[in-house]
Amino acid sequence: MIINHPLLGPRDAQEFTYLGDASLMNRPDWQAEGAAKAFHDYLYLRDNPAGEHRELWFHEQGDRSWLVVTRNTVTHEILRVELARDVALAEPALEAAQ
Amino acid sequence: MRYSALRLIKESLTGHKGWQPQWRDPAPQAAYDYVIIGGGGHGLATAYYLARQFGGQRIAVLEKGWIGGGNVGRNTTIIRSNYMLDGNEPFYEFSMKLWEGLEQELNYNAMVSQRGILNLVHTDAQRDAARRRGNAMILNGSDAELLDTGGVRAMYPFLNFKDARFPIKGGLLHRRGGTVRHDAVAWGYARGADMRGVDIIQNCEVTGFHIEGSTCLGVETTRGFIGAKKVGVSVAGSSSRVMAMAGMRLPIESHVLQAFVSEGLKPFIPGVITYGAGHFYCSQSDKGGLVFGGDLDMYNSYAQRGNLPVVEDVVESGMSLIPALGRARLLRGWGGIMDMSMDGSPFIDKTHIEGLYFNGGWCYGGFKATPAAGYCFAHLLKTDRPHETATAYRLDRFLTGHMIDEKGQGAQPNLH
Ligand SMILES: Cc1cc2nc3c(=O)[nH]c(=O)nc-3n(C[C@H](O)[C@H](O)[C@H](O)COP(=O)(O)OP(=O)(O)OC[C@H]3O[C@@H](n4cnc5c(N)ncnc54)[C@H](O)[C@@H]3O)c2cc1C
Repeated sequence: MIINHPLLGPRDAQEFTYLGDASLMNRPDWQAEGAAKAFHDYLYLRDNPAGEHRELWFHEQGDRSWLVVTRNTVTHEILRVELARDVALAEPALEAAQ
Repeated sequence: MRYSALRLIKESLTGHKGWQPQWRDPAPQAAYDYVIIGGGGHGLATAYYLARQFGGQRIAVLEKGWIGGGNVGRNTTIIRSNYMLDGNEPFYEFSMKLWEGLEQELNYNAMVSQRGILNLVHTDAQRDAARRRGNAMILNGSDAELLDTGGVRAMYPFLNFKDARFPIKGGLLHRRGGTVRHDAVAWGYARGADMRGVDIIQNCEVTGFHIEGSTCLGVETTRGFIGAKKVGVSVAGSSSRVMAMAGMRLPIESHVLQAFVSEGLKPFIPGVITYGAGHFYCSQSDKGGLVFGGDLDMYNSYAQRGNLPVVEDVVESGMSLIPALGRARLLRGWGGIMDMSMDGSPFIDKTHIEGLYFNGGWCYGGFKATPAAGYCFAHLLKTDRPHETATAYRLDRFLTGHMIDEKGQGAQPNLH
């Protein structure tokens, strides 16, 4: 698989390590009511879809940036690559706008 | 029809015209007492033990493709009872005991071969861990022997003892471990179940559950609605997809695991060897092919094929352990989808939906579990209580803090 890094261009997936579902970026509020249950769901439960999947890849042997890669888990086709930083910054802005 | 040497002689003299199909091909009935989803090793074993051991009646196994086409026909056939933790080892030892009597019980040649498994160690810390695990195995009625370098060399002189980057310091030998002919397990259980009246319905994909209130009343399938008092799900790599139809999210990720077979060679590796310094394990099939594999491809996948980097990685590890491997040509490689759980251990449990039961999360170790998983799942389906060797396999164990993490890796499924 080739991951089209937003800054570095196409890179071999071998240069990256894989963490998992990109929802791991959205850590629950530890002070909220029901935080224990929220953390259980956050840590242990997964949608695990067959099809489009947003996931975190780390460019360990490159610029050490975290990427959010949207990939089809049935065909392995990579549909979109974003810097995780941009995604993280955009999401609160999105929430605020709503 | 019973198989015997006499029968074989008779059939060979009469042109093999008397053999019959090993199971029927029935049309689905409107309703059953028990519907098992998934005609892999686990689903078929569950139906068999339900009918034989627990007196279950009106049982169907629904398989979306053909039985044995999933992981039960794609694995590297290793069986072993060499786990360490309490929640696991009694279960795997129970499974090993069932393997030991399986062929007689099923009247079916599953080629159960207890040829021994050797887990190599390469550091002092690994040796300590192996000793500890060996003791835990022995305490649970399994067998384990710790070998030093000389002991390993006597068994397998062709391993790299000369210039290995990670010298072999010994190994933990589990003599009762070995291999079993994988498809024969599916077929043997299918035949045994069919003989006891179980309907094995192939080309029948479950597309939804009929749930009213919090009770499951049956399943929607590509061959129509089938009512059921109890539904047991046993679909391995498809676990998340199927349980999502019941509105559940599971502590499971699906990953692809590859395996490889070389051309046929003369007898060379009598047992199973696992490398302790890289991801590689190897045995030799009775046809002579070296059967080996290594790590997952590491990313979520539902494609039953992997990518080249892992092929390279596995072969590199193999070469560093068994240099002679370089002379053999690779014949085939394939992949299967693993239901990787968050602690590397499985689930055999009721769900919060009345009448809906789940068996899955077997990671790359579910083949060896086939007899016990079937037995314990059947026990649960029949009695609504877990079998005594499977009490730890709860779906809520991450909530209650009772993970069974053999490797101590935490909630990172691709590392288990
Ligand atoms: C390469 C590889 C090597 C392995 N090596 C080993 C090993 O050496 N030792 C070991 O112990 N384990 C090993 N495993 C793991 C083992 O194969 C699995 O854990 C085990 O086979 C899973 O149980 P099963 O046999 O019931 O699964 P499967 O055979 O996959 O059965 C599940 C069935 O469910 C069916 N299904 C799915 N969705 C639906 C639906 N909606 N409706 C109806 N049917 C459905 C599928 O078609 C499939 O036939 C290996 C796996 C792989 C891929």
